[in-house]
Amino acid sequence: MNVAVRFSPADFAPVVAEQQLQSISRPSLSYWQDSWRRLRQNRRTFASLWAVVTLGVLTVAGPWVWRVDPAVQDIDQISQAPAWPSSALIVPSYTPWVAVTAMPTRQGDAVTNLRLAESASTQAVRLVWEPVVGAAGYVVYRSVYNPAPDRALGLPIGEVLGADQVSFEDRLGLEPRRYWYSVVVTDENRAEQEAYAVLVIDAVRTVSAEDAELRGWVEDASALAPGEQIGLPYHPLGTDYLGRDMLARLLYGARVSLFIGVVAPLLFVLVGVVWGSAAGFLGGRIDQLLMRVADFVIALPFLLFMILFKIAFGIGPGESGVFPMLVALVLLGWPSTARLVRGQILQVRQEGYIAASQLLGARTGYLVFRHMIPQTMGVILVTLTFAVPSAIFTEAFLSFIGMGVAPPTPSWGSMANEGIRTMLSHPHELLFPALIISVTVLAFNLLGDGLRDALDVRMRGRE
Amino acid sequence: MLTYTLKRVLQGIVTVWFIATATFVAMHAVPGDPLANQRATNEQIRLNLEQRYGLDRPVSEQYLVFLGGILRGDFGISFTQENRRVNDIIRENFPVSATLGILAVAFAALGGILLGALTALFRDRVPDLAIMFLVILAISVPSFVVAAFSQLMLVDINAYLGFSLLPVAGWGTLRHMIVPSMVLGLGTMAYLTRLMRSSMLEITSADFIRTARAKGLPPARIFLKHQLRNAVLPVVTVLGPAIAAITTGGFVVELVFAIPGLGRYFVEAVQQLDYTVIMGTTVFYGAFLVSMVIVVDLLYGWIDPRVRLE
Amino acid sequence: MDKQPPTYRDPMSRLAVRQLLWLGALSLAGFVALMGALAWASSITGGSAISGRAVDYETKTITRALAQEPPQLDSTRATDQVSIFVLGHIMEGLLRYDASNRLVSGVAERWDIRPDGATFWLRDDARWSDGRPVTAHDFVFAWRKIVDPANASEYAFILYYVKNGEAINGGQMAPEALGVTAVDDRTLEVEFERPVGFFDKLVAFAVYLPVREDFYDSRDGRYGADVEDLVYNGPFMMTRWVHGAHLRLEKNPQYWNRNAVQLNVIDMPYVTSDTAAVVNLFKDGSIASATLGAEQLDDAMKLRWKLGRYSDGSVFYIDFNFRQERLTSNFHLRRALQLVNDSGELVNKVIGLPGYLPAVSLFPIWLNGVEGPFRQEYPPPVVTPDLALARQHLERAKQELGVTEIPPLVLLTGDAPIANKQAEYFQNLFQRTLELEIRIDKQIFKQRLEKMTSGDFDMVAAGWGPDFADPLTYGDLYASWNGNNRGKYNNPELDEQVRIAQNALDQQTRMDAFGEIQRILIEDAVQLPNYERGLVYVEDPRLKGVVHRSVGTDPDYSTAYLVENP
Repeated sequence: MNVAVRFSPADFAPVVAEQQLQSISRPSLSYWQDSWRRLRQNRRTFASLWAVVTLGVLTVAGPWVWRVDPAVQDIDQISQAPAWPSSALIVPSYTPWVAVTAMPTRQGDAVTNLRLAESASTQAVRLVWEPVVGAAGYVVYRSVYNPAPDRALGLPIGEVLGADQVSFEDRLGLEPRRYWYSVVVTDENRAEQEAYAVLVIDAVRTVSAEDAELRGWVEDASALAPGEQIGLPYHPLGTDYLGRDMLARLLYGARVSLFIGVVAPLLFVLVGVVWGSAAGFLGGRIDQLLMRVADFVIALPFLLFMILFKIAFGIGPGESGVFPMLVALVLLGWPSTARLVRGQILQVRQEGYIAASQLLGARTGYLVFRHMIPQTMGVILVTLTFAVPSAIFTEAFLSFIGMGVAPPTPSWGSMANEGIRTMLSHPHELLFPALIISVTVLAFNLLGDGLRDALDVRMRGRE
Repeated sequence: MLTYTLKRVLQGIVTVWFIATATFVAMHAVPGDPLANQRATNEQIRLNLEQRYGLDRPVSEQYLVFLGGILRGDFGISFTQENRRVNDIIRENFPVSATLGILAVAFAALGGILLGALTALFRDRVPDLAIMFLVILAISVPSFVVAAFSQLMLVDINAYLGFSLLPVAGWGTLRHMIVPSMVLGLGTMAYLTRLMRSSMLEITSADFIRTARAKGLPPARIFLKHQLRNAVLPVVTVLGPAIAAITTGGFVVELVFAIPGLGRYFVEAVQQLDYTVIMGTTVFYGAFLVSMVIVVDLLYGWIDPRVRLE
Repeated sequence: MDKQPPTYRDPMSRLAVRQLLWLGALSLAGFVALMGALAWASSITGGSAISGRAVDYETKTITRALAQEPPQLDSTRATDQVSIFVLGHIMEGLLRYDASNRLVSGVAERWDIRPDGATFWLRDDARWSDGRPVTAHDFVFAWRKIVDPANASEYAFILYYVKNGEAINGGQMAPEALGVTAVDDRTLEVEFERPVGFFDKLVAFAVYLPVREDFYDSRDGRYGADVEDLVYNGPFMMTRWVHGAHLRLEKNPQYWNRNAVQLNVIDMPYVTSDTAAVVNLFKDGSIASATLGAEQLDDAMKLRWKLGRYSDGSVFYIDFNFRQERLTSNFHLRRALQLVNDSGELVNKVIGLPGYLPAVSLFPIWLNGVEGPFRQEYPPPVVTPDLALARQHLERAKQELGVTEIPPLVLLTGDAPIANKQAEYFQNLFQRTLELEIRIDKQIFKQRLEKMTSGDFDMVAAGWGPDFADPLTYGDLYASWNGNNRGKYNNPELDEQVRIAQNALDQQTRMDAFGEIQRILIEDAVQLPNYERGLVYVEDPRLKGVVHRSVGTDPDYSTAYLVENP
């Protein structure tokens, strides 16, 4: 059957062009915008970014808030652990004590009537006793533990020669605590008797009015009378081996340490990246030459060349040489980064898209910076975060040999170095600088992690 | 391969020569008199001392004498250890440093690779966080503290056990090697863990891994043959200089654990301006470092066939 | 949300972890194998055999640590503490110190000291460890070697008391011209350059030890280099020397006084200068004695150790630069600094180590004068800190120097921790009291010596240890001709007194001269005394009879013995 399809002219009217094409659901992002977005989304990384910013703020503003001079030595509160504010009793100034003598009348192994000549204070502890016939001298011991029952007398703090010498004054590092003093009789051969006399005392923290004035706690010494209490300067984080405030030193030290710890690694990683990518990409003779120079730099004796730099830069005695130290650190630190980067570039160089890009006419610089370096970001960032504590400790070592910052300028690394010595007896001197170094390293580490994730090309465009 | 190795060896010799010369120049440029001592001496004695050590000749001549000595394999007599030849010092003490260094590097490499792989696998979960925490701790604490601390712990452990589980210091038997090498390798291990983790994470998201999985390869084989092998390359790169650095930088560990190694001589020689020991140890270490680098570069080609050694 | 790379959690990780664990176990095994191989390798190349514990009563052995490898065991060239310690045990001189620090006979049985010379009669039974007798020729040979300029001995100056010693050392005469002769095998005759009343004390010093000529020559220039390059006439002999690692001394069966020596072996298998490591070794029961630093004291008290203390004899002070162009050559400036210096505060509060005494003079407290302690017979003038007076002197100084402000002064110091503390303390002290800026110039050893010699400093933290037990060892330090006077202090009055002390025979005259020297040094503010060093030590309670000395072999084990139950 013949079905006639009816066509009308309307069927042949042209199709109207659609104006609304497929719209892009979200804006086009460049590599950097995409990276920043991913960085912001990573919570941990963002937190570490804030930590780094806080460290920066502490460095700049800290000393303004906590206005204590880090160089002031509070001799009465040396190596003090963090504690609540303390006060001291005002006493008359120290006057040298004349030794007391008395003729021995008794026989015996040990002295008797061991007692204090006056109340015990941190200024001096003055002991007197009754002598013994036949003694050639007496040795005085001090302990912070009870000597009984095994005659653990403690530290031998002094000796007096002569049977008639019956006094001893102790001023050695006295702290406001309990002490056990023991006195032992010695014979002509300086051999000690087994028996000993012991006295327990509690030393009271004291200071003289003149000393208070000298240290700037009061304007005028006459304003203070013996018997009054005076508040001592407060050190929330304790003091170091010379009585300097730990918190102030940490805040001032941040300036040097963070500056060196951040700028030096950035610089030498930069140099290393440029060197390594040049070597890796260009290959052949240039590669060999560049790498041999790197080997040469690694093999040089570090200490020797540091001394040389110090001379070369003409750092005078006792002056801080932060800039020369920076130069030295950079000049001697770049080879390992260069090697790493070169290794990565060697791997990446073989990838197909590099050849493709080259065929398309890409220049070397474009290839290196746009394609290959982002591939090596992971390795670079790891090196960077490890270089931070390394730079801080190298700086400490250099200050130790006289290069770098001069005393009394503090830095975290040198505070840690000093703190090692008193690790057992006063751990806070090591703990605080080590802690803040750890926090810094952690912050940079997390930041580095996050940056690597953010900058990783392969993750681009993914949620 | 052979021509490449030969080429590298030749380059190595040139590099070592450069190192020796630079150190020689630096050493003589540094102020300080190697013959000065606490007690002042008169002119005659000074002249004699200078003669004995060849310091009375002009510097250029001393340099030639020194070069001649190296070619014969003789580094001269030490200034401070007055009766010992530098050769003897190196010969007796380097094996100790080398042993310590090899063990430390082995510990660091093995530990670093394994832990790094572990953290990459368990990314963001407990093992990862725990290991990363330890890594941060390991690098934020100076090596002196780690060494001193570990020695203290040993003392306490021995006291607690009532017998000496491990010696606290000294050198000579297997038990003496354990703790010092671990302490020495700790910093490097932390670094290698991080490196390994970072490169594992990158490799894992690489396309060829996805392809391998898509092809249905056994996951274990992917891990071993592809992921591990590729990620190890940065670790290997670092290993060369790390070996050399550890053998030189063992100074702290040698001091704390009373180990008769070369590191102590190296550092003290600079402080004492002991010219012959400085030159001898620097040249020796330079040669050692250069050979390590060559070995590592050759290893590269073997591990990653894409890398063509020219 | 954190981005996760695509990992198939379960099958992948489980298998991979298992694989990792396998790898881990394999590596551990490999690591242990490596250790074993290396240990075996090191033992066949002569690693050190580790001895037993600190003290062994059966074998009469004690173990201790050594601070450093002795750099020089040739007694004609030795200068440092460690070498002298070892030499003091393996060799013996004409005279020695006994347990009460009295001079008693060593190789010399009798001696006679006269104004112009001395004679020593040697004992018959003094032998070297190879059986040959110790003769007067051995002393002649050794002493000639020391003054021989070709030998370049740094302690040659101590033989200048013997006739022609100085001339020979200056190259003007041959060594054979030295005023010492072996009249026969058993008699030694010494001629003095000028009268020296304390020659007996000099002769006990390590430099005067004998050396046997035939043995020396047979070693072909390597005398003192190794165990086989030495022959011994002291209470002990060296039986093992692994350089930098292990030194072992055993009782010398040929020693004439062997019955008094009660230890059989002194074993030193640990060589380290780290105080903390040595204390740890002691705690672990590996060694028999250790010196304590300030930071170990609390621990020592807690562990209830029995501690001892002795003065090591040395004095530390701040020296000035007296060269014309230096500000410190001005008396008033120095006096101002002297008047604010309080060595008591430095020792008691800053250093805090028992054993350290605040110094008040160059002459330490242990020196003997005519009959009793020198400082008792000649008390030094007392300087009481006085801030007002100090400021006055400072003003005078500024006037005399023609400045309105004193420019920064350089304090040269070393890298030892206590030196550090001290320097920072002084920097703060002078700044706080006198508003002076002090710059700390920290230098390591050789550079510091260089600067001291060339005069590149204003103040320097220095110290001096005694060579012999007479005030002269300190007294001539500031003589204008003394090379050790690095500040170049030049005072004819002091020089005069030094000459009297050197030449006079009468003890009273000499001691008076020292008293004068002491007075001049204090009144002219030539130095700022800091402290007299002492040491706190701990010893295994089973070890007794160890002698600690300020001058001489220290510590001395030749009279030490062991008890089974302390």
